[in-house]
Amino acid sequence: MELSQHWRLKQQRYSLVGEICPYCEGKIFPPRDICPDCGNEAKTTFQFNGKGEIYSFTTVRQAPAGHEENAPYTLALVRLEEGPMVAAQLTDLDDQAVEIGMPVEMVTRKLRSEGERGLLIYGYKFRPILKAA
Amino acid sequence: MQENKILRPIRKVGIVGYGAYIPRYRLPAREVARVWKADTSGEPSGEKAVAGLDEDVITMSIEAARNALARAMIDPAKIRAVWVGSESHPSAVKPTSTVVAEAIGAVPNTQAADWEFACKAGTEAMQAAIGFVGSGMAAYALSIGMDTAQGRPGDALEYTAGAGGAAYLLGPAEESLAIIEASYSFTTDTPDFFRRANEKYPEHGERFTGEPAYFKHISAAAQELMRATETKPEDYTYAVFHQPNDKFPKRVASSLGFKPDQIEAGLLVPWIGNTYAGSALVGLTAVLDVAEPGDKILLVSYGSGAGSDAFTIQTTEELIKRRKQAPSTQEYIQRRTEIDYATYSRYRGKLSMK
Amino acid sequence: MSKKMNSTREIIILGVGMTPLGEHWDLSIRELALEAISAARAEAPQVRPEAFYVANMLAPALSRQSQLGALLADFVGLRGIEAMTVEAAGASGGAALRQAYLALKSGMIQSVLVVGAEKVTDRVGSEVDAALATMTDTDYEAIQGITPTAQAALLMRRYLHEYHAPQDALAGFSLNAHANGASNPLAMFQKAIRPEQYSKAPMVSDPINMFDASPIVDGAAAILLACRDTIPANHDHPLVKIAASAMSSTAVALHDQPDPLVISSAVSSVQKAFEQAKLSLEDIDLFELHDSFSIMAALSLEAAGFASKGEGWKLAADGAIALDGKIPICTFGGSKARGEAGGATGVMQVVEVVRQLQALAGKNQVSNAKIGMAQCLGGIGATAVTHILTHFKDH
Repeated sequence: MELSQHWRLKQQRYSLVGEICPYCEGKIFPPRDICPDCGNEAKTTFQFNGKGEIYSFTTVRQAPAGHEENAPYTLALVRLEEGPMVAAQLTDLDDQAVEIGMPVEMVTRKLRSEGERGLLIYGYKFRPILKAA
Repeated sequence: MQENKILRPIRKVGIVGYGAYIPRYRLPAREVARVWKADTSGEPSGEKAVAGLDEDVITMSIEAARNALARAMIDPAKIRAVWVGSESHPSAVKPTSTVVAEAIGAVPNTQAADWEFACKAGTEAMQAAIGFVGSGMAAYALSIGMDTAQGRPGDALEYTAGAGGAAYLLGPAEESLAIIEASYSFTTDTPDFFRRANEKYPEHGERFTGEPAYFKHISAAAQELMRATETKPEDYTYAVFHQPNDKFPKRVASSLGFKPDQIEAGLLVPWIGNTYAGSALVGLTAVLDVAEPGDKILLVSYGSGAGSDAFTIQTTEELIKRRKQAPSTQEYIQRRTEIDYATYSRYRGKLSMK
Repeated sequence: MSKKMNSTREIIILGVGMTPLGEHWDLSIRELALEAISAARAEAPQVRPEAFYVANMLAPALSRQSQLGALLADFVGLRGIEAMTVEAAGASGGAALRQAYLALKSGMIQSVLVVGAEKVTDRVGSEVDAALATMTDTDYEAIQGITPTAQAALLMRRYLHEYHAPQDALAGFSLNAHANGASNPLAMFQKAIRPEQYSKAPMVSDPINMFDASPIVDGAAAILLACRDTIPANHDHPLVKIAASAMSSTAVALHDQPDPLVISSAVSSVQKAFEQAKLSLEDIDLFELHDSFSIMAALSLEAAGFASKGEGWKLAADGAIALDGKIPICTFGGSKARGEAGGATGVMQVVEVVRQLQALAGKNQVSNAKIGMAQCLGGIGATAVTHILTHFKDH
C-alpha cells in the first residue's frame, strides 16, 4: 500500500488547494513552494475555484495497471481560470463530444483503488459545467 | 401538561444551506424486467439513478456538501460536525465523513462520524445536528444522507435501489433559508429489512414491509409531530415522505390527510428510484428548490429496523436568493444518460475483472 | 571542414555494436548487452575500457533488477570496472554517452564503454504501460492514468488544433520511418507502409494511431569511446568524433511546461551543442531525432530550428526528411520502424549516426554525410540530450 504517498497530497487532490506567490501573485498548482514564474519562495496556500477550460484531450484505451477498470477514460489538460494547467481525467461525459476550449469544472472522484482490500484514492477530475439555476 | 416527546432545541436552528446530488446514469425498470424476464404488468415503471464508475458515497457527499456550502456562503472552517448517513459507506472501517470534511475544508476543528440506520441514517444525522447547533455547542453542523443503494440482482429491490442524496448545513435560525421548528423520532425493533455485516445485498423478510414497518412508523411520527406542534395537514404546503417506491409515500400521505399536490414536488422516486438514506432528504431539496418563503414543509423519513424521524420546517425570505447558488435537484434529474443492464452491472461492480 | 586543434581532449568513437530490435523471448538483458558490446569491442579489441556506463530505464520496474552497471560488467567480462546505470527515461542513452564524454574530458579516464540495453517484453500489457508511466509525473500525471502515449496524444491534438494542420499532417514521419526501416536488417519493422494504411490505422489514444506510436521492444547498442591518445595504432575503422555533447532538462509534467508545444530542453540542448561544435543548422547532414511518437518528430525539428513553430509537420509532408532530402531523419527507421528500446534508444541513434559518417549505412546511406546530430528525449522531453558527431581524420 502506498498510504503516505497519497495521504500527504490529500488537500490538493481533493479540492485543488495550491499556492499563491507573495511576490508576483502567480497562482501555483500543483504546489511546489517555489514560484515557477519569479523563483521566489511561495508557500501561501490558495484555493482554486475549480473552473477551467480544455487545452487538449485524449482517450486512453490501453490503461496502465491500476486503471484498467476505468478504461477507456478521457484525459485532458485543463487550463484553470487562475492560470495554471492541470492534467486530469474528464468524467460524466457520457457521449458528449469534448472540444478544445470547452469549459469544465472540478469534481472529486475516485481515482483508483489499490485492489479490493486496499485504500480508495480520491482526487480531482473535471466534467462539463453543470450550470447552476 | 402532556409529557414532552417532541425534540426542540434551546435555540432555534435552521437550514443555512442545502445541496442535492444525483448521478447522471439511469436504469429504467423495464430494462431490469427485460433481463429477468419479469412480468412487466405489475412491475414498477420509472427508472433509477446509478452512480458512475468513479462515484461512491464519498464523492457524492462531497458534491452535495459543496452545493450546500455554496448556498450557505459561510467559511467551512466554522463547521463543527460533518456527519454522513448511508447504507453504502465505501469502507466498513474508515469514515466517509473524514474524507468529506477534508475535501470541503472543514478540518481539523470538527466532529466527524458516519451514521447508520438503514434509510433514515441521513435524517438521524440531521436530528443530531439540530442538537449540536441548538444546544449552542456549534454554530454549524453538516448532515448528509447519501446512498448508492444495494439490491440483489433479480430481487424486487433492484428495480428501485438508486443513487443520490442531499446535504444540509444547519446553523442559527436567523441565518437560515428554512427554520426547523421541531422534530420527533419514533422507533421500535421491527426486522423488516436488514443486511448482515460483510454481506453485499440486503434481505427483506417478505414480512412487515408495509405493516407494521413503513406505514406504522411514518404515520406515528407524523401524527405525533403534528399533534405536538398543533398543525394539520392543510397547514403544510409540502410534505415529503421516505419513498421506497411510488405507492407507499402516496398511500401514507393520503391516510394522513395530505393531498397529492402537497407531495408531488418532493416525490422523486419515479425518476431516481429509492436512494435509501438519501431518499427523503433529496425529496426535501426538490421542495426547497420550488418553495416560497413562509411555506411549511413536513418531512418524515423511514429506516428499516425500524424508525421514523419527522420534522416540521418553515422557509424564510433567504431561500429565494440562496437557492440559485448551486444546481437544483431537477437540474441533476434532467442530466440523464440511460444505460442498459450490462453497463449498470459494470458500474455497480457486479462484473468481476479478476 | 578544418577545425583548429586545441588543447581540449578530443573524444573518439572506436567501435559500435547493436542488436536487432524485437521481442527477444530467448534473450535476457545480459545477453542482449553482451551481443552489442561484443560487436563494439570487436572493432577495437586492443582497448580495455576503464569505465562502463549502462543506459536503462525499465529494468527496476520490469525485470526487478537494479545495479545493472555491476551486473552487466561482470557478465560481459569486465568484472572490477567502474560501472553504473544512467537513467533519464528515454534520454538514458544520450545521458550515459554524455557521462562518458565528461569522464573522458576530465582526463581521469582514457576509455569508456557505453551500453544501452532494455528488456521490455518479459512483461505484457498494463504492467508495461504502468512501468512506462513512471516516466511521467507520478503524483500528478500517472495517478490520473496518464501514460507517455496519452501525453503525446494531448500534444498532438493541441498541435493539430493550434496550427490548423490536417488530421494526417504527421503521416509523413511514419511513412519515412517505415521506408527507411525496410532496408535496415536490425529494424523491428522492415516493410514500407502506404498512406492509406496510415489513414486507416486504429486509434491507440486519439489522435495517435498505431502508426504514430513506436513499438517498445527489446534491444541493445554499445559504443566504445576513447580519448584521441588512446586510439590504437592499427585501428582500421573510419573514426568519428564527438564534436558536441549537451544535455538539458525541463519539467517532467506536461502541465508544467510554459508552452507544451515547445520542447524547451531540446531547444536548449541543441543550442548548447551548436555552440560547442561551432556549427549551425546548415552544417547538419542528418538528424537522428527521437520519434517515439510522430508528434515528437515534428516538435523536435521545430526545437532544433529546422522548422519554425507549427511548421515541423510540413517537412514530413514535402519529403525534406527523406534520405535524399534537405534534412534526413530516422535514417534507419527511427523509433517507429527500427523500434523503440527505452533507455537504449539514445545509444542506438548514435550508432546509426556513426554508421552514416563511416559510409557504412548500406541502402540507408545519406550521401556525403559528414556531420550528424543525434537527440534523444526523456518522455515528452523533460530531458533532452544532443550529440553532434563528425568525421575524425588525424592519422
